[in-house]
Amino acid sequence: MGFLTDRKRAVGRGASHTGTEHHWFMQVTSVGLAILIPTFIFYFGSALGSTHDEVLATFSRPFPAILTALVLVVGLQHFNKGAQMMIEDYLQGSARKAAIIFTICLSYTLMGTGLFALAKIAL
Amino acid sequence: MVQLTLPKNSTIRTGKTWPKPEGATNVRQFQIYRWNPDDGKNPQVDTYFIDMDSCGPMILDALIKIKNDVDPTLTFRRSCREGICGSCAMNVDGINTLACIYGLDEVQKDVVKIYPLPHMPVVKDLIPDLTHFYAQHASTMPWLETKTNRPAKEWKQSIDDRKKLDGLYECVMCACCSTSCPSYWWNGDRYLGPAALLHAYRWIIDSRDEATGERLDDLEDPFKLYRCHTIMNCAKTCPKGLNPAKAIAEIKKMMIERHV
Repeated sequence: MGFLTDRKRAVGRGASHTGTEHHWFMQVTSVGLAILIPTFIFYFGSALGSTHDEVLATFSRPFPAILTALVLVVGLQHFNKGAQMMIEDYLQGSARKAAIIFTICLSYTLMGTGLFALAKIAL
Repeated sequence: MVQLTLPKNSTIRTGKTWPKPEGATNVRQFQIYRWNPDDGKNPQVDTYFIDMDSCGPMILDALIKIKNDVDPTLTFRRSCREGICGSCAMNVDGINTLACIYGLDEVQKDVVKIYPLPHMPVVKDLIPDLTHFYAQHASTMPWLETKTNRPAKEWKQSIDDRKKLDGLYECVMCACCSTSCPSYWWNGDRYLGPAALLHAYRWIIDSRDEATGERLDDLEDPFKLYRCHTIMNCAKTCPKGLNPAKAIAEIKKMMIERHV
């Protein structure tokens, strides 16, 4: 702890002047997902039990395909930033940085995989 | 940092059970956290019995009675006895509150359990170390900052602008809210906590203050401000009935208005 004054310890390294964009992004994507997810569930649910060809036909149509792409991109970006906040809450130091890097890699991998699969179906 | 279990030297042991008052018919049991930094022992919970027929109605009355009549080594802060000084903040029956304005009849269980404010270093018994908490409050510059030359008489404020300070200026810095906040438990070294942020907002919206931009700049940080996840424990526990979570939400709204 050294001989830091109480004030020095409280101020730390000062404010990073970031965080508002993250907060705004989470608010906007929350509103977006509140619309996207129920709509996606409707299309996904209606495709359940269909034959392989019928499912391909459903997700080949522009609206369900674009909707699915949006759910993937917006949803996984939201997951990415939300998980980062949770990690910052519960981990510290190198473990925190490693977990954040892993989460970012995971979300972009899932996003890329999902978009590739969707492109194969829709195009 | 998250700590889901207590360190070995902080695990609580069963302590001394003090004798019941002789001849008393209306007796209530108190279990009180005790820790003395000088004896090198772990904390313990002592059991006391109080004759309620000769005790005042508040938790603080019972503590003072225990200190006067049973165990003079019991240590706690107190001063005003009317919820103004914020000294006697402690955890009663699982709720952070001021012992002087929390009635014994508000504790529904037979046994009254009293602990220091949670997740703070303990100085002794029911006294938490609030050094960092006060330093965080001081870091928010809780005073009027002006650049305009001082007026001849006073800084004027309209009645409507003065009303904006209601629900904010009443905070007595008892630390009940901050010590009930999980975000403050886990990241209290960097997160300012509900009390300091409520005070920060009190000065941000003061119509006479001319440092609004600097104040917002100082708060714009993922840890200082944005560790608040709207858990609302602060508003639930505040013994003065204030709503720090709302103040924090207002600061966030002002931050967004600066950006968008």
